[in-house]
Amino acid sequence: MDLFEYQARDLFEKHGVPVLAGAVATTADEAQAAAAKIGGKVVVKAQVKVGGRGKAGGVKLAEDAQDAREKSSAILGMDIKGHIVNKVMIAQAAPIDSEYYLAILLDRSNRTFLIMASVAGGMDIEQVAHETPEKLIKVPVNSNQGLSKSEALKIVADAKFPADIAEQVADTLLLIWKVFTSEDATLVEINPLVKTTDGRIIALDGKVTLDDNAGFRHPDHEALIDESAADPLEALAKAKNLNYVKLEGQVGIIGNGAGLVMSTLDVVAYAGEKFGGVKPANFLDIGGGASAQVMADGLSIILGDPDVKSVFVNVFGGITSCDAVANGIVQALEMLGSKATKPIVVRLDGNNVLEGRRILNEAKHPLVQQLDTMDGAASRAAELAAK
Amino acid sequence: MSIFVNKNSRVIVQGMTGTEGTKHTRRMLASGTVIVGGVTPGKGGQVVDIDGHQLPVFNSVSEARSATGADASVVFVPPKFAKAAVIDAIDAGMPLVVVITEGIPVHDTAAFYAYAVAKGTTRILGPNCPGIITPGESNIGIIPADIAGKGPIGLVSKSGTLTYQMMFELRDIGFSTAVGIGGDPIIGTTHIDCLRAFQDDPETEAIVMIGEIGGDAEERAAAFIKANVTRPVVGYVAGFTAPEGKTMGHAGAIVSGSSGTAQGKKDALEEAGVQVGQTPSETARIMRALLNR
Repeated sequence: MDLFEYQARDLFEKHGVPVLAGAVATTADEAQAAAAKIGGKVVVKAQVKVGGRGKAGGVKLAEDAQDAREKSSAILGMDIKGHIVNKVMIAQAAPIDSEYYLAILLDRSNRTFLIMASVAGGMDIEQVAHETPEKLIKVPVNSNQGLSKSEALKIVADAKFPADIAEQVADTLLLIWKVFTSEDATLVEINPLVKTTDGRIIALDGKVTLDDNAGFRHPDHEALIDESAADPLEALAKAKNLNYVKLEGQVGIIGNGAGLVMSTLDVVAYAGEKFGGVKPANFLDIGGGASAQVMADGLSIILGDPDVKSVFVNVFGGITSCDAVANGIVQALEMLGSKATKPIVVRLDGNNVLEGRRILNEAKHPLVQQLDTMDGAASRAAELAAK
Repeated sequence: MSIFVNKNSRVIVQGMTGTEGTKHTRRMLASGTVIVGGVTPGKGGQVVDIDGHQLPVFNSVSEARSATGADASVVFVPPKFAKAAVIDAIDAGMPLVVVITEGIPVHDTAAFYAYAVAKGTTRILGPNCPGIITPGESNIGIIPADIAGKGPIGLVSKSGTLTYQMMFELRDIGFSTAVGIGGDPIIGTTHIDCLRAFQDDPETEAIVMIGEIGGDAEERAAAFIKANVTRPVVGYVAGFTAPEGKTMGHAGAIVSGSSGTAQGKKDALEEAGVQVGQTPSETARIMRALLNR
């Protein structure tokens, strides 16, 4: 889960990382009140989970609370690269002397954690890495050994931070290591980390990604989920414990196992090229246990998507038994009754496939047709969606 | 021959007394795997009867290992307890630990992976993987044993169901070993580890490699193939239609920015001389053509 900047700021504050006063607002009234409380000049910052908001006009300096109200009013509702601004952060303004960069992230390639530090802050770090790689240092950290003060100081020195702030930057690095480990983060980034004109080191903007798998030891993380961002169908699927992602196409997809479902989307898009560019409408993995209820929940979400013109159920029974899937489809269609109106193409293979196919054949449901191969079924589903 | 597991593999099941552990112990036994016991902390000393096999339960992997001579373990314990279970197996010097559990926090995986590397005596497969099968000899994990038999193809895949699909497509030819390495951001055994082992296995004549979006494992595997693999490799990559920033089921299957895309992986593999199929069936057809079958 990616956090908003204000959530990252709050998490930093919780762990003692130096930040400026800040508050989140969803209306111009709230923004004005927050600015009045902070006092003086403030920065109004659009809260969107996408880069480049400054260039898009989503970050403005406000002279006072009244000005913050006007600036917020202009920023709220903006569309920044497809992300609608529903919240702004009102942050204390600070006179900046220099901008730096610090981050800790999961390094998948090397199967470890990585610290990145640079004195070229405030820029897109991928650009720094590409154009001036000598200005970005990368140091792996062993999960079981952690990070000591002397190691932090060495990283800061190697990255050529000025000596007068080395101690403060190293302390900040140790604090974000604490954020990274104790919150089960996969990314903690400060960009920019600033030195103010009066010599303080402050995390001015932060990005944090938390590991969804670690939710069981962080009950407080659930409150950080952004309900407003989820597509209504995605929210419904989540409430039913289904792994669903809404896409832009016309063929509803149900399958088992993440890899096979991803592959099913691709095969449908490939087959769809012959039918005017028909595409998959969603990702939906029903996982290992395809009970009638799971199939009914999945089918009802997909049939509730007005973009869907046909449905492709693609199951390879490993542990899942095809007869259970077939019964699930039959019972789901009974439960849905007249709400089910779109053609459903089914391809079953694997565990107990003959029984599964027999159940569907005997049910003779007018919407259901079976095909033997994944490619053939994908092509039929695409053809039906194109009609 | 085969890679990593064979008919002599002696396996213990961590979490054998749980629902999933019992169910899959039964399936593994039915497919001929030599299961010699289980580990459930606090339940040591019991004997469990699974389909007529009297299986002793131990409190720790080291007890189980010294009593049974096990050389592989398979982990079915829930995410919360998985790290402790894997550390227990590493401490016992278990040569192979297959971690089936899905949903382990990546900080836990990073910790046990680093621990295994430091000890230097354990290969971890997974987590969040379907396991490994050498058909007719040993099946450690949850791969259905009846899809395909013994044969000359080596298979390595991030995804469980795509492993099954590919085994099904090529069931008449058969497999030396099929390995599901898992879809998490950090995994113990990579495509490269399997490619190296298949290259060295005299019974493997050709290799199918299945990848998916996220990370750069396929690109690295492509570079490895170009430099080190002389056996023919056929590839498949899932996730061409996945949008940026959305996780596709597996915790590791996410495209971020320009990295981790299916197209990038396909290009890298083709550049290394690997023929990449557009669909699983087409991939299987390419393999058939290569083997003249």
